[in-house]
Amino acid sequence: MTDLERRLQRPATPDVDPAAVTARLAARADAAGLLDVAWATLDTPLGPIAVFVTPRGLVRVAYDRENFGQVAEEVAEQVSPRVLVAPRRTDPVRAQLDEYFGERRHRFDLQIDWTLVRGFNQDVLRATAEIPFGETASYGEMAAAAGSPRAARAAGNALAGNPIPIVVPCHRVIHADGGIGGYTGGLEHKRFLLRLEGIAPA
Amino acid sequence: MSLPPFQTLVDAHSVELHRFLVGCVGPDAAEDCLQETFIAALRAYPRLRHADNLRAWLYTIAHRKATDTVRTWSRRPSTVGLDGMSPAAEPRTAPLPLPEDGLWSAVRELPAKQRTAVVHRYVLDLDYAQIADRMGISPEAARQNVSAGLRRLRTEVDR
Repeated sequence: MTDLERRLQRPATPDVDPAAVTARLAARADAAGLLDVAWATLDTPLGPIAVFVTPRGLVRVAYDRENFGQVAEEVAEQVSPRVLVAPRRTDPVRAQLDEYFGERRHRFDLQIDWTLVRGFNQDVLRATAEIPFGETASYGEMAAAAGSPRAARAAGNALAGNPIPIVVPCHRVIHADGGIGGYTGGLEHKRFLLRLEGIAPA
Repeated sequence: MSLPPFQTLVDAHSVELHRFLVGCVGPDAAEDCLQETFIAALRAYPRLRHADNLRAWLYTIAHRKATDTVRTWSRRPSTVGLDGMSPAAEPRTAPLPLPEDGLWSAVRELPAKQRTAVVHRYVLDLDYAQIADRMGISPEAARQNVSAGLRRLRTEVDR
């Protein structure tokens, strides 16, 4: 190797920090209308939670056990691949979740982007979004609210696939006999949320 | 086909793309050039038909942005103010003299393909097959661009 080649190998400058690159890029992308999905995490009593926001609203909330990277891939595929970590765009959502877990908020005042749910499932989840803080409803009631009173099992499936847990409070849906039912985030999480709202779960 | 979240490209390639751009345009312009690269990539991203070689795609864009940047510099020195006396407004990104010496300004003055090949070969320490992949040319063409670039640098630097 010649002297010239050796001089060409010398690193000229410190490396960039990808997080700093992302922060600057996200601000520019947002201004240019290219930030289709912004996401960030927050710490909660139920562990880290990731929130994904589009210009239309909150599109996805994920618990840690779902693997955030995998959820980001799913969002890239089903919403848009223009996905960036952009905490600022998620600030209102994270602030309201903080208030909810801090028992300072009973009602979320957020736009929802329903892109990830279609048809009957969306109807069930829209009905679920109306269940007030501290109250519960049964799977059958949610099926009826979505226009199919006998489709309690299908309503259960819709709730199990809720892409926006907590904010769309599927934890408030339990069995008609008082049984706790299921929860994608784990039954412990469901019990925690019900207790937070003053309900003693089965 | 499914494209990964754009964030994974930023996480995976920022550092190396930045090194590449430092080699091509110098440390002062490299960060802006990196942003331009990512914004252009983000704009085009959803229209990509496959996710086969996203790295090569990013380097193609970075090469183009670096070439644009160097081109604006070479046009600049001749500009004068309207009265013919005072210099025209300063360009947004003026190339600052590098502490290194004339070597890196000589690198910037290489023909674009030679510059990109030389930076890939030495700054990023890639072999000819890797360079070929990123530049969309044959390994033989990659080798030729590197040696032509080196030859030219030798005459510039030894002068």
